[in-house]
This record gives sequence, structure tokens and C-alpha cells, in this order.
Amino acid sequence: MKIVVCVKQVPDTWSEKRLDPADQTLDRAAADGVIDELDTYAVEEALKLKESLGDATVVVLAMGPAGAAESLRKALSMGADEAVHIVDDALHGSDALATSLVLAKAIEQIGYDLVLLGSESTDARMGVMAAMLAERLGVPQATLASGVAVDGTSLRVTRMTSAAQEEVAATLPAVVSVLEKINEPRYPSFKGIMAAKSKPTSTLSLADLGIDASSVGLAAAATKVLDSTARPPRGERTIIKDDGDAGARIADFLASRKLL
Amino acid sequence: MNVERTLPTPEARELLEMVREFGRDELAPRAPGAERDAAFPRDVFAKIGGMGLLGLPYAEEHGGAGLPYEVFLQVVEELARSWLTVGLGVSVHTLSCFGLARYGTADQKARWLPKMLGGSELGAYCLSEPDSGSDAAALRTRATTADDGYRLDGTKAWITHGGVADFYTVMARTSDDGARGISCFLLFSDDAGLAAATPEHKMGLRASPTAQVRLDGVAVAANRLIGEPGHGFAIALAALDTGRLGIAACAVGLAQAALDVATDYAGQRHQFGRPLRDFEGLSFMLADMATGVEAARALYLAAARRLDAGQPVTKQAAMAKLFCSDLAMRVTIDAVQVLGGYGYVEDYPVERYMREAKALQIVEGTNQVQRLVISRQLYGQV
Ligand SMILES: Cc1cc2nc3c(=O)[nH]c(=O)nc-3n(C[C@H](O)[C@H](O)[C@H](O)COP(=O)(O)OP(=O)(O)OC[C@H]3O[C@@H](n4cnc5c(N)ncnc54)[C@H](O)[C@@H]3O)c2cc1C
Repeated sequence: MKIVVCVKQVPDTWSEKRLDPADQTLDRAAADGVIDELDTYAVEEALKLKESLGDATVVVLAMGPAGAAESLRKALSMGADEAVHIVDDALHGSDALATSLVLAKAIEQIGYDLVLLGSESTDARMGVMAAMLAERLGVPQATLASGVAVDGTSLRVTRMTSAAQEEVAATLPAVVSVLEKINEPRYPSFKGIMAAKSKPTSTLSLADLGIDASSVGLAAAATKVLDSTARPPRGERTIIKDDGDAGARIADFLASRKLL
Repeated sequence: MNVERTLPTPEARELLEMVREFGRDELAPRAPGAERDAAFPRDVFAKIGGMGLLGLPYAEEHGGAGLPYEVFLQVVEELARSWLTVGLGVSVHTLSCFGLARYGTADQKARWLPKMLGGSELGAYCLSEPDSGSDAAALRTRATTADDGYRLDGTKAWITHGGVADFYTVMARTSDDGARGISCFLLFSDDAGLAAATPEHKMGLRASPTAQVRLDGVAVAANRLIGEPGHGFAIALAALDTGRLGIAACAVGLAQAALDVATDYAGQRHQFGRPLRDFEGLSFMLADMATGVEAARALYLAAARRLDAGQPVTKQAAMAKLFCSDLAMRVTIDAVQVLGGYGYVEDYPVERYMREAKALQIVEGTNQVQRLVISRQLYGQV
């Protein structure tokens, strides 16, 4: 059984994010890059499946500039077996459609029984990658999973939506995106960090994947950010200290703004 | 704030980043509540053990990570920066493994070290007694020879992890020959006759239990004597050389935490229509605090690098413990001052940091005793 986990390098959630004024894409150099926290749940789920199934390989896959190698190494030190990094200057500015095209080609090339990913990325927050990958790969998708079970080639997923909890079943191969509540990602152990040094890591270019550079990148994006304005600084705040009537005062405040 | 560190390898850097992240996300948020409730976070130590942080400076063949003290101590510093109880706990645990790791026989090490370093067990170091603190060599706990080993009787005092530890490294008297009459033993929490008293009610570090440990006819097999009989005090002092560097690292982590809060606060708080940082009277105080933290870190790391190079560090470790803990006291007091009234209340952590810093001037030899050690070294006395 081969599990491919897609991980994305994103600006540290704790840092200030900026758009590059030149082309309105995310300024990735302005903030420290880290593995997308939401993807660490997918890595953890893959590792748990591997531990329960015994015979499984976990491959982590990232598309992104050179720095994304750090996110892959973090996933390897958590316990993933192999890493694949798609890096190509022509990918700069790719939208979700182009990203899914590239990831799908790489996933096909790697070979897979199950693809796992986070429910959305913490930077772009599109939340569409699982659906796009499933469509491109022609396999079933189960998004927003809060539980995943595999038995042979049968997959059972618990989905949490705002309306209901659903149990869905599919036959592998399939694509699953996971929610934060599915598990608690482990911290790498020091032994894991050391072991990651010697795990196989490969790099793929667009040419390696047989993708024409003109079908990806900023120029090929289906949508374009025309302009952006920084969020205005936070206005005056009202701090309500609880002297026993804080609830009523908050209600009055909200009512005075016609929010209640 | 980002601490600019010098680390020997990329893996060491990754380790420090991971510990920083763990501290920020898992330790710092829990510290205030647990310190208020005096609740020892055993689960945190289990987690840290799982991450491999309870055996870092010891040999890989026994389950350690074989890391230099230069790296291990910076891990301790980062943990203490987020929660002193945890940084100190890792330091004391590591200290309590030192005797066996350094002076144990191959057989003893193979038998017990993997468990002690493996992450699931926690250790305690038992030197002090109610009537012998600074004058540790005056200890009275007795180990008398019995059938096939020893029988231990006495009371150890101020024991960090007393009552929650799985193993206890205990110094006890095997003869009346002063410091040369002391031997080192390995005891376990389930040894019959070993019992911990109710933890002390401390002014800080309340989540870290400190308790008397009573030994009432504890039978210990001969193979649990570590090193030669009569060699225990030398073992205890050698362990303290490394332990004092751990306390120094804890002090720097605590001072860094106080500096972080004070710097942040002075950037946000406005008086007279300007942020506090614009007033030189305050920003120069911050500059002095930051300089002190940097100097303290450099001092303990210089000692650590000597230790890693196999050079003696008794003097340097005493200097680092003295300087870093005095610095932490000063910086935490100043941090309270920077925050004004807000520094004096529990809404901010600096009043707690100030209470915690005091302990570091006392443990593992008071700062007077460090000066004693240093001044004796100046005249070549040991
Ligand atoms: C939080 C905490 C945790 C601890 N954890 C441990 C532990 O895990 N294991 C352990 O064995 N012990 C532990 N201790 C004990 C600690 O090491 C002792 O408290 C310390 O060594 C001082 O001993 P004492 O308290 O008996 O003070 P005393 O020795 O009675 O000293 C009282 C005062 O006299 C001063 N003084 C003493 N002799 C001299 C001298 N010759 N010259 C100048 N001044 C002197 C001291 O500096 C001090 O100011 C802990 C203590 C605390 C507070």
C-alpha cells in the first residue's frame, strides 16, 4: 500500500503575510516558511495508517520553491518514508487548477493507493485541491474527513460537515482531505530528525512530468489578482471588564451596532 | 523574539526549532494554570520522552542521542523559556542519570540506562538533607551492609521530583570517613521503605514537586552501588558540574522569557502619547537586560564547549550558574518594573518569573557556595 501525502510550504502563521506589489502573488521571501499545519494532520494520519497496516509506504509530495524542501524534511522526520519535491521556476504564480495538474501528474508517476491532504492551505485557503486531484486522477474523493479506516482495498471515511456527520465508503485508490480534529500530529523525535537525513528524496521538474511550462504559472492562471490594499489598522477597542454584568454590557454594545 | 543561536549541525538547528515550537504551542499556554494549581505535568514529560529529550547528552548505545552539551543545554534553555518547571525537570532528570552513565559498569549500564534514557521514566537526584545543604558532605543517611547488599536509612530533603520520580540516585554514608565515606546508589520508586513526604509549598516553581524522601530500611542489592564504595561524593560533585550548567541554561531561558514580555509590552503600551519604548529611561533598561541575557548565554555555552572538549569545567560551571541565575533574578525584577502595575499582577507572567528566578540562586549549590567553589579554584584548591 502506497500513501501519498501532499504538503505545502506556507508562510508561518505567526508572521505578517504580504502580497508582492509587483505581481500580487504571495511574497514568500517576506516570512519564514513552514509546513502547512493543516497538512501535518494528513501526514500524521498516513503514519497512523502505516502503523496499523504494517505494510505501507508513505511518500510526501510538495510543489514549491527551494524552501519547500524544509517542509518535506519535517514530514520525513515525523516518520514519512520518502519525499518528492516538484520545483521549477515556471511554476511561480500557479493557481489551484495548475497546481492540481502538476500534483496529479506527479502522483500518477509516483504510484498510489491513497492520497491524503489537509482540508485547505492556511495561506490561499481555497479548499479545492482534494476535489481537483480526484477529478484529474479519475478516482473517488472524500473531503473533510474526521476519521479514515482502510481494510484491504476498501476505504471508510467519516466526514464532518456543518450539517451532518456522514459515513462514506469507496474502493481504493482514492483522495481524502482531513480535518484538524482527526488526530494530534506528533512532534518529530530527535531520532526521527537524524533518520530523515538518509531517507530518499527526489526532485522533479515540469519536464520530468511532461508538462508544458505554458500551461502553468502566473500567465496561465484562470484568475488574476488585479489589486490589493493592506487591511486598515484596527480601530478603537472597547474592553469590557467583568464586574458581574459583562454579558449584559456586551449585548448592549452589539445591539447598539445593530448586530443583535 | 527570535534567539540567534550558533549550532553545530543542521539537525541541531531543526531540533531547537522543534523544541521552540513545542514550547510555544504546548508548554507556555499550560504553565500559568499548572503553576497556580501546583499540578505536576507528568504527561508533558511523557511527551518529551517520546521526542527523545530525556537522554540527549548520553551515548546512543544506551538509548541516548549522543549530543554535545552545547546542544543539549540550549534545548534545556528553550524548554525553560516556555516553562521553567519543564526545563528544570529535564535538567535534573539528566543529572540523575549522570552517575550511572559515567561510573556504572557495563552490566549496570546495559541493565538500567536504556529505561532511564528512553523517555518513559523520570529521575531524581538525592544529595541534600534537612541538616546538610551547603555542607553536603555532612550527610547522615546511612547505607549499612546487609545480607547481599545494603540497607538504607535516612531522610533526603528538597528532592525535585520526589514522589513522582521512577528512580532515585541517592548519596548515602557507608563509613564515617567524611566526604570519603559517601557512596552512590540507584533506587527505584517501588523499593520497599522508600516514601516521599507531602511536597513543600514553594513561592515559585510550584508545579515542580520538591519533597523529602524518606528511606526506612530500604534493601538494595550490591549491584545497585554505582562506582566504588566511598566514591559517592566525587560522583555527586562531577554530576553537579553538568547539573549547574543545566541550571545556568534554565536561568537564561527564564531571563529570555522575561525580556520577551518586557520588550513586547514596551512597544505596545503608551504613556504621554508615545509608546514606552520611546523613553530612554526604559529602553536603556531593556538594552541592559538584553545584553545581560546574551552575556549569560555566551558564558554557559563557553563552559559547555569546554565540557564537550573533555576539559575540566568545575570553575566555569560554578561561574555560569552564579552569573546566569543572578542575571535571571535581575532581569525578571526589571521586567516587573517595565510593566509597572501590570507586572505586579497575575495577568502577565513576569511576577511568576521573578518568583521562579529566586530558586535558581539556591538550587544545586547556593550562589554563595558557587563563589566558594570559584575562589578555591583561584588558589588551585579542590
Ligand atoms: C526548589 C528546590 C529544588 C531543589 N532540588 C534539589 C534536588 O533535586 N536534590 C538535592 O539534593 N537538593 C535539592 N535542593 C536543595 C538545595 O540544593 C539546597 O537548598 C541548597 O544546597 C542549600 O542548602 P540549604 O537549603 O540547606 O541552605 P544552607 O546550607 O543552610 O544555607 C543557608 C544560607 O547560608 C549560606 N551559606 C552556607 N554555607 C556558607 C558558606 N560556607 N559561606 C557562605 N555562605 C554560606 C547559603 O548560601 C545560604 O544563603 C533543592 C532546593 C530547592 C529550593
